[in-house]
Formats: sequence, C-alpha cells, structure tokens
Amino acid sequence: MSKILVIAEHDGQKLNQATARCVSCARQVPGAEITIAVLAADPAAVASQAAALAGVAKVITVAAPHNAHPLAAVLAPQIVELARDYTHVFGASTAFGKDLMPRVAALLGVPQISDAMSVEGAYKFKRPTYAGNALVTLEAPADRKLVATVRTASFEAAGGGGSAAISAVTVSAAVPSHTRFVSVSAASSDRPDLASAPKVVSGGRALASKENFELIFKLAEVMGAAVGASRAAVDAGYAPNELQVGQTGKIIAPELYVAIGISGAIQHLTGIKDAKTIVAINKDGEAPIFEVADLGLVGDLFQIVPELQKSLAK
Amino acid sequence: MRKILVGVKRVVDYNVRVRVKPDGSGVITDGVKMSVNPFDEIALEEALRIRERGEASEVVAVSIGPDDAQQQLRTALAMGADRAILVKTDQVIEPLTAAQALLAIVRKENADLVIVGKQAIDDDAAQTAPMLAALWDRPQATFCSKVEIKGGTATIVREVDAGLETIEIDLPAVISADLRLNEPRYVKLPDIMKAKKKPLDVIELSSLGISAEPGLKPVLTEPPKPRSKGIMVKDVAELVDALKKKGLV
Repeated sequence: MSKILVIAEHDGQKLNQATARCVSCARQVPGAEITIAVLAADPAAVASQAAALAGVAKVITVAAPHNAHPLAAVLAPQIVELARDYTHVFGASTAFGKDLMPRVAALLGVPQISDAMSVEGAYKFKRPTYAGNALVTLEAPADRKLVATVRTASFEAAGGGGSAAISAVTVSAAVPSHTRFVSVSAASSDRPDLASAPKVVSGGRALASKENFELIFKLAEVMGAAVGASRAAVDAGYAPNELQVGQTGKIIAPELYVAIGISGAIQHLTGIKDAKTIVAINKDGEAPIFEVADLGLVGDLFQIVPELQKSLAK
Repeated sequence: MRKILVGVKRVVDYNVRVRVKPDGSGVITDGVKMSVNPFDEIALEEALRIRERGEASEVVAVSIGPDDAQQQLRTALAMGADRAILVKTDQVIEPLTAAQALLAIVRKENADLVIVGKQAIDDDAAQTAPMLAALWDRPQATFCSKVEIKGGTATIVREVDAGLETIEIDLPAVISADLRLNEPRYVKLPDIMKAKKKPLDVIELSSLGISAEPGLKPVLTEPPKPRSKGIMVKDVAELVDALKKKGLV
C-alpha cells in the first residue's frame, strides 16, 4: 500500500487549488491511501476544505503560531516528523512546494522527483527536463520514502463530495527562528487566478509599453479570463512578475490560451503546452508560437485586439 | 562578511534545441555547446555586486562536474570571481549529491553565504538551494529578486505565486537567484586573459567521501508528443466563429 502524505498549500483561509491537483496525482498511485496535512496558525477552515476533496482518507492538522506563514525552514522539520508513518510525501510544484519539498527531502536523506507529470507506478514517475523537450521516467527505490512535487498543469483538480476525518496532531520538532516572515504583496483578488483559470489571455513584448498592456486586461475582462505575460513583457516592466507564464514562471493548462504579441520562445511554450486550445495573434507569420497554435491570426495586435474585444462584448 | 560561495553548473547552452537519443538513454550532448547555467550567472553577478559594495571580501565559484567544467569556472573567474573550485566527477549527479558536495566545500571554506541559480536549465529540478540549506541547517531564501545585507542578517524579496514576499534571514544562509535579481555583466577580453592566472583547484568528489551514485534510476528519456498542426484564420470574425464552434466564447 502507498500511504501518501499531501502537504496542503493555503493562505490561512482557503485551500489552494494546487493541492486538489496534487491529490489527483496521488490517487493514481497504485494502492494509494491519502492524508492531507494542514499546517497553519488556525487550520480549521482549510482542513474542512481539504476533508471535502474526493479520495482523501484523512486530514491531519498542526496548529501553531509559527505556522502562520509558509516558511520552508519552519515547516520542513515538522513535516519530516509527520512523514514517519508514510511512504510518499507530495507537494504541488508551485513556488510554495518548490521551496519546501526539497528541504523536506534533504532532511529525510532522500532524492526528490520534481514536477511529476504522470504516474507510471508506485515509485515510478515521468517528469519534464530541458524545458519540456525531454521527458524522463524515473524510478525511486521502494524501500525509502519518496518525496515528489506534482506538476499541477498535468492533473485535473480532485472533485468535492468527500468527508475525511480531521484530527489535530502535535509535533515536537524544534523550529528555527533564523528565518522570519516580513510581508507579502497582496494578490489582486478581483481577477481570475492565473494558475487555475479556464481561460487565459497573455501579452508579450509586442505590447511595447505598460499602458498598451491595458489592452490585454480589457480583453481578458470581456472574456472572463485571467491575464498572463511572457517573460519579455515582465522583464520590460509591462506586467508584474506573478503574471509570468513559462518554464521559469507559471506552468498552466487552461481550456483556452490566447497569446498576443508573443513570439513563442521555448521557455514560454513549456508553460502552455498542456492548454487545450491555443490561439496566437502576432504580426510575424513565422513566429514559433504558430507551430503550437490551434488557431492563428497574423496581423497588427493594436487593430485586432480592440476589434476582438468589441465583437466578444456583444 | 568574509566569503561568498557561488554554484556554477555546466549545462547545455540555452540556445541549443535539445534532442533525445534514439535509444531513450538521455539527451544528445556530444558536440553540443555548453555554457554556465544562466541562473548561476545571475547568482554570481549578485555575489560580485555584494563584494563590490564592500559587504564581502571574497567570491569563490564552485562547480561539480567533469573536467570540462573548468571552462565554465574560467568564465566565472573572467566575470570576477576571485578563485574557483571544481569538484570533479564524470557521473551525472543528482541535486542531493550536489548539495552534499557544496556543503563539504562550505565547511572547508567556512563560507558566510551561498548563492546559486534557482534552477539549472538542464534538469529543471530547482532542488539544490533548499537541500543545501537543509543539510547545513541554515536559512534558505529561494527565487530572490532583491537582496539587502545588513551585518548578520539579510532582507530578501522573493518571487512567489501571489507576487512578492519579503523575508528576513540570519547569515550564514543559502540564496537562490531568480531572473530579475540583476542582469549579469558581459565578460571583456582582458578579463578573460586575467582569469587564466586566477587559482582553480580541482578536488575529486570521491575524496570528499560522497558517493555519486544516483538514488533515482532513469528508466527512459523520450521526446514530448508534438501538438497537432492548427489552422490559420484570416480575420477577427473568422477567429470568433472558430472559438464559438469550440464553445470557448
């Protein structure tokens, strides 16, 4: 049997959808019995959301003031203690999971499988390397704990309807004081979340200014879509860093992805290749983005985007 | 602060279109251009700026890899590292092994700060920084876009999914560099000449008592499935029609 501990990602109130995707991956592991661990200052709200996920057998909570903010150095020793009774420890391959899970793995003295994209066996997973240009199947030894991060774009979010038992546990692990949370910039909550939105409209370097990038926001609004940006657009300051899509930004799998003025560098394509439908709008008909696009339109974005916005607003 | 250690990984150059070996045993690296991992260049640039501000006295570049990784260490020396250490091994090593090797050098050198790239563009694992911090039992600050050092602490801005997070850490610590931390300097020809005279020590990985044996067995390497070819539309009306047919708008 595979006893899998999934580490919940949350903001204190709401369970991140990345955890539900992580659970879907865990469910595909042969003989999986899934427990979600919620470490928080007050885990009650997040724990009840975790308990409702389909396929979850148990939720355990660790309530402590030092768990108010997700600091890897503080969380890792507690998770190592919780992991004692489990064969697998999973976290989402988000900024949170990428920061935390390797610290857990190293404390356990085991290697980690990063970005698991498919389950090939209880200890066998496929993952992307070289920006997705080479997929490697890795086998971990079955006699040691397996730590993995899950590539969320590869798995649908687990549904609801579950009713797992919730139990509070105490841990005795000493937590360090050498790492201290100061602040986090508030995410704009009025727009759909880029990582989980079914529709995403992204802008690239061709927008040419922060002011012009407003075109992307306006189009996204009439479509009910989240906004993304290429690395070039973020580097140039047209869009904030949390909107970056690609190998080194967010990897997403929306139903619809609209790339506007994005040429399609390999590192960007890595972030969108699981999108169901890709639309590309670019003035250069030779741009690599058209090689992956399901629908392509060559032309001037400054004409096309307002026209598209108008016709969709009808 | 006395000493900053910077990790420098030799990787396939980011401009190379990587191809998988027909037998599924890995990717083709013979005759392929190799470079310093771009994120490690950012890490090195940050270390150099900290030294240039007078907040550190020495920058040591460390690579773990084959003999040829001396080329990448020479690049690091040309950028401005004071000296370099190659931990030599001909085996492809995992991040956990890299972290163990770096820790051995950190202890030997008594380093105050380690900066590495947030990930290497070959395995894209993003593990070495947190693993080293864990083994060293010191703070980690991953995905950094701003580093400010004040005496024994550092204030760090990190790129997280919600936006930007600020944390404070005590030194010694491990930092991993994100894209927007800085823009690495270009190497000038006289610096390349000068770099040839800078010290570069070579140590065998096995001499540190560390095994290069991987814990994970690569079973198969394969290319991704190509997306099927799409269609071109001629104007916005046609695009909207096509999206409506798919039920997407």
